[in-house]
Amino acid sequence: MKQYWWKVLGAAIVLYSIIGGFLGDVPALPILHESIRVVYFHVPMWFAMLLMYLLSVVYSIRYLSSGKTRDDFIAVESVNVGLIFCLFGLISGMLWANITWGDPWPNDPKLNSAAIASLMYLAYVVLRNALDEEQKRAKISAIYNIFAFPIMLVLLFILPRLTDSLHPGNGGNPGFSGYDMSGEMKYIFRPAIVGWMLIGIWLMSIRLRIRTLEYQQNEPGP
Amino acid sequence: MTLFAQVRQLVYKEIVLEWRSKYALNGILLYVVSTVFVCYQAFRSVEGVVWNALFWIILLFASINAISKSFVQESKGRQLYYYSIVSAQAIILSKIIYNVLLLLLLSLIAFFVYAVIFKNPLGDPLLYLLAVLMGSISFATVFTMISSISAKANNSGTLMAILSFPIIIPLLIVLIKLSKNAMDGLDRGVSLDEIMVLFAINAAVIAVSLLLFPYIWRD
Repeated sequence: MKQYWWKVLGAAIVLYSIIGGFLGDVPALPILHESIRVVYFHVPMWFAMLLMYLLSVVYSIRYLSSGKTRDDFIAVESVNVGLIFCLFGLISGMLWANITWGDPWPNDPKLNSAAIASLMYLAYVVLRNALDEEQKRAKISAIYNIFAFPIMLVLLFILPRLTDSLHPGNGGNPGFSGYDMSGEMKYIFRPAIVGWMLIGIWLMSIRLRIRTLEYQQNEPGP
Repeated sequence: MTLFAQVRQLVYKEIVLEWRSKYALNGILLYVVSTVFVCYQAFRSVEGVVWNALFWIILLFASINAISKSFVQESKGRQLYYYSIVSAQAIILSKIIYNVLLLLLLSLIAFFVYAVIFKNPLGDPLLYLLAVLMGSISFATVFTMISSISAKANNSGTLMAILSFPIIIPLLIVLIKLSKNAMDGLDRGVSLDEIMVLFAINAAVIAVSLLLFPYIWRD
């Protein structure tokens, strides 16, 4: 129980956010109406994705200094899980955009940035496949990961602020705190972010264990 | 030798090597001029937005072609020799500086050929020129590091494009916006944000390259 508590906590929070998210009260706003409930799922995806990418770059840096295979595995599995969150973030966002903005892919800088950022990490996966030698693969891909990270930060946090965006908090739009994230909503929204982050780490640790087992199996051991 | 002296020697070496063969330089120039002609023949006259986009696409592919060779043209033995006499930072700095110089030349020629053949009124030619120069510097800094990564993967052609496009797109967005401002002849104060972002990205890219290149090189 000592080691599992955070997994239970993550699952419980996500369950709470699903139940609370569908049954709780939401403010009646024009255009958004009930679709505002997507915010409990759409936004936490991006937070979880950012956490996974951050984890990946931290472990890439650690790999370069330590040279341990495990650090490399954590880096690559974090990227894999981050890509999953990115995919779900895009899907939920497209569903939401279709209802509120009338188009699944409006020409919005945040959407384009998110898509380009995922291309960056897909390139990371392709780079890994292009290299055969294990240590070289780990090292070169770690370098690419670290190199791409600051540019991804620019892409996600600076460029959308330079132009107008449909998203809140950009181009003169007030942030969520400005209008609708009041009252009961934030009691579901904020825990949901933490919950999905914990789920992300859980997913990553499971994938890490699978990868480590496969690695040990393929290794011509003693 | 100090780092500065090493960098100066290495840049000098690159320029001399290039000047002796002139192969890459002439090839790239021919590539740019012929692409401009192909676009001109295909489009004849275009509106401003397309003109701008076309120019950046031509420049993008020309720079990728120019830089992708920068680490593969030297033999393994010679790289080992450099490794024993100079520091890794000197190598990457000299490559970046040389590539910046190469792309500055290339983009200036491309810009003049493009502007002469493909006439289009520019609201603020000086600012547009600045955008072109900033663009070639940004392409050089980013592509130099990527080409060193893809050279290690022994598959430079396709991998270079796959790795560099996602990273260059953010820069390209800012550059296209800046050059569009220049085309429309907006007040220069409007473009200050973009110029600052470009400077910041370039500084970050050079800093990260300096930190990471020693790891790539140590093989």
